[in-house]
Amino acid sequence: MTEPLSFELSRPAVDPPRLPEADVSGPAPSELLPKEALRARPPGLPRLSEPEIMRHYSRLASMNYSISENFYPLGSCTMKYNPVVNETAASLPGFAGLHPYQDEDTVQGALELMWRLERALCAIVGVERVTLQPAAGAHGEWTALRMIRAYQHSKGEARTEVLVPDSAHGTNPASAALSGFQVVEVKSGGDGRISLADLESKLSQRTSALMLTNPNTLGLFEREILDIAELVHSTGAMLYYDGANLNAFMGICRPGDMGFDAVHMNLHKTFTTPHGGGGPGAGPVGVKAELVPFLPMPTVERTNGHLMLDFKRPQSIGRVRSFYGNFGMLVRAYTYILAMGGDGLSQASQDAVLSANYLRKLVEGDLEMPHEGPCMHEFVASASHLSHENGVRALDIAKALLDRDFYAPTVYFPLVVPEAIMVEPTETESKATLEAFATAVKEIVALARTNPQALHDEPKNLPVGRLDEVAAARRINTYLQGLSEDPVLRWKAPVQSPC
Amino acid sequence: MLETIGVKSMNDLLVDIPQSLRLESLQLPDGLSEFETMAQVSALAGRNHVYPDRLTFRGGGVYRRFIPAAVAAVTSKPEFYTAYTPYQAEASQGTLQAIYEFQTLIAELTALDVSNASLYDGATAVAEAAMMAFVHTGRNEVLVSGYVHPEYVQVLRAFGEGRGIKVRKGGEPNQKTAAVIFQQPDFLGLLVDAPGLTAAAHDAGALAIACVDPISLAILAPPGEYGADIAVGEGQQLGLEPSYGGPHVGFIACRRELVRKLPGRIVGEAHDASGRRGFALVLAAREQHIRREKATSNICTNHSLCALAASVYLTYMGPYGLRQVAEVGFRRAHALAERLAALPGWEMAFPERQFVNEFPMRVPKAPTVVKKLARKGILGGLDVYRWFRELKGVLTFTCTEVNDARALDELVAALK
Repeated sequence: MTEPLSFELSRPAVDPPRLPEADVSGPAPSELLPKEALRARPPGLPRLSEPEIMRHYSRLASMNYSISENFYPLGSCTMKYNPVVNETAASLPGFAGLHPYQDEDTVQGALELMWRLERALCAIVGVERVTLQPAAGAHGEWTALRMIRAYQHSKGEARTEVLVPDSAHGTNPASAALSGFQVVEVKSGGDGRISLADLESKLSQRTSALMLTNPNTLGLFEREILDIAELVHSTGAMLYYDGANLNAFMGICRPGDMGFDAVHMNLHKTFTTPHGGGGPGAGPVGVKAELVPFLPMPTVERTNGHLMLDFKRPQSIGRVRSFYGNFGMLVRAYTYILAMGGDGLSQASQDAVLSANYLRKLVEGDLEMPHEGPCMHEFVASASHLSHENGVRALDIAKALLDRDFYAPTVYFPLVVPEAIMVEPTETESKATLEAFATAVKEIVALARTNPQALHDEPKNLPVGRLDEVAAARRINTYLQGLSEDPVLRWKAPVQSPC
Repeated sequence: MLETIGVKSMNDLLVDIPQSLRLESLQLPDGLSEFETMAQVSALAGRNHVYPDRLTFRGGGVYRRFIPAAVAAVTSKPEFYTAYTPYQAEASQGTLQAIYEFQTLIAELTALDVSNASLYDGATAVAEAAMMAFVHTGRNEVLVSGYVHPEYVQVLRAFGEGRGIKVRKGGEPNQKTAAVIFQQPDFLGLLVDAPGLTAAAHDAGALAIACVDPISLAILAPPGEYGADIAVGEGQQLGLEPSYGGPHVGFIACRRELVRKLPGRIVGEAHDASGRRGFALVLAAREQHIRREKATSNICTNHSLCALAASVYLTYMGPYGLRQVAEVGFRRAHALAERLAALPGWEMAFPERQFVNEFPMRVPKAPTVVKKLARKGILGGLDVYRWFRELKGVLTFTCTEVNDARALDELVAALK
């Protein structure tokens, strides 16, 4: 089943929707503007009636897997249920209808919400202040590194390197490079954790920060975190926490207590704002006291019960986003935290750890576990044995799971594990769902042993089978080199052949 | 479950965490029922004042517009809003095709070759475009021409600092200039000489980056037509609520030659073994998860759902609906400008310049005017003095299809 593009469904006979008329005597654009300032031809937007639009998007919706319908064991992405009350809260007219340039007196409730959310996040991760401006995790990483750099500059230090473990998320090195740093990789030891010896050899007066996630991307808690922090701080460098894995330990421990100086959080992971098929998210950053002067402006301040936006921050790294961040996502996250409370958040993390260990146990007979448990909220398995023996790769297992109504785990990440299959069940899933998933894995692995070709041919039950991305890349390349007019990256009306 | 795992208690699973780090509990109140949660959240919402759409004449980058009911009906489908980034193409065709349609819509609007899947907002879109120019030209200065949104310029500066990119305001492009950035219409609502600025950029070997208002493109010449290399902008007007400034959606489109430097996700057409057409994330080799520190951008999560809203909006409007909306705003703004300019002491701040649906007035006692309007329930002009010291006493007003003729009467009456 495939669905035509809106452009292909377009019919010239469709009238535009009924819209307000001007009802005033003002001139039309063509009466005032010179011809060259005007658009010569209307833009090529599709022309569909409302029922056609609704059916088109309903059919597209039915072609998606989503957390509302499917188990999404996507490692590192924390795909947990998005409570519907969050949506109700964000759509309250008292929030959705606010203009960002309204006077402070008229937005006290919005500022109060931001202030309370900041306090709650401070309590959860153990920091002094939080900026709510960054729009996503990567944006938060970059914001944090800018603050660290500004702080070190203010002390007359020109530190040029950022250390990143080999198991880190790809955004870490990218954010570091965009902040003007050289990236130096730190190796993992045999137990999957950062090698203290390698870290020590790479630390120097040039080191600005170590970027770390804990538990790391293998789902393992860095047991020596306090030694790591001491080592990093002893050279005058700072410790940055990648908050992708925060769902592992809310109420159990805090990055601030571990020694992290800057901490980003993904509200769209840990705090249940929906992922939206790729955003919008929100990536607040928490900092310890010494970094507070460098926070992006504005911050939300409260004096005598009155809330205000503070733009007068002379040492601030400036503005990282227009207005005050993804406010609608802040409302959702605040609603979640309020509903869960301290007790609920702690329980959520414990359940997430329990689920991951349970599922790990259920599939350890079928998939290789390169590292010893227990794990935290996720684990990384490997399909390298199947790959060697049966030619069945992690990707084949992922696609076969899709055919069995499960979204696929993250595959080929982290890079340090060959044929990696990264599974994060989250606290959302019931014991029965975890068991059904384990049964599916068992069936797939059995099939790999007996009929590997059957797996290469999956998925079969979805709107399309495996797409030939190599052929697509070749077409794109030809287009980008100017050798064809077939754009591949957008729809273009087919050239009518004369009949 | 613990028994299956082979441990006695939850604590046995947490053995790797040093004892000294373990918390007793979080310093937060206990959880609430849904009823109590909503009571608290609603109380906060109730402490804000929401101005009626029709009496909102303030813009400055965020505008009140008519939002068709179809937009929320589509974006509130859980199959869209609770899906992840479409890594597994076969199970994400809905999202992927919607993004492909968005890319096509933006390419059509801007008359450029290729659009990406979306960015965070207009401000970061400007900054990302500047990064592209920096990488493409190897030059490290960008020139901001005229009244570009001040917050966009602030974000551009913050982004630029990390890469060693200098942001210069005004003046002529030269051999160091990577790009000339202008806004059409500009922050005050005025039209700039986009073809002239584009030509000047090209003469200096720089790229031309046009920051555009997507609805104005129904009537104004699009960036691709006057030769701009990159078009960026804020898509809030395409079906998104003001929501105190976000989430909205940034868009970016460019010429074919620049596509490999385009940040963020891009969806392309592909086929399966039986020849069925599908869509997938493509050109991943540009992105952070492959290139890591060599990537030109770190963007990962973008604003897919907001892009979906924009797609539904544009599809609902179609070419002629969009033009109708743009023209109504144009006519009403011009009618309003004429009436405001007739008020004693009021005058057009730049009488020789053209505008679309937002315009600057020089008025006596601007802060008092704004307060007076607020008292009458009108969100009046935007005082731009806070950003531009030379614009003391200048308020910008905006009109769209939601400001009916009677609302214009009420505004003028309130000022008399």
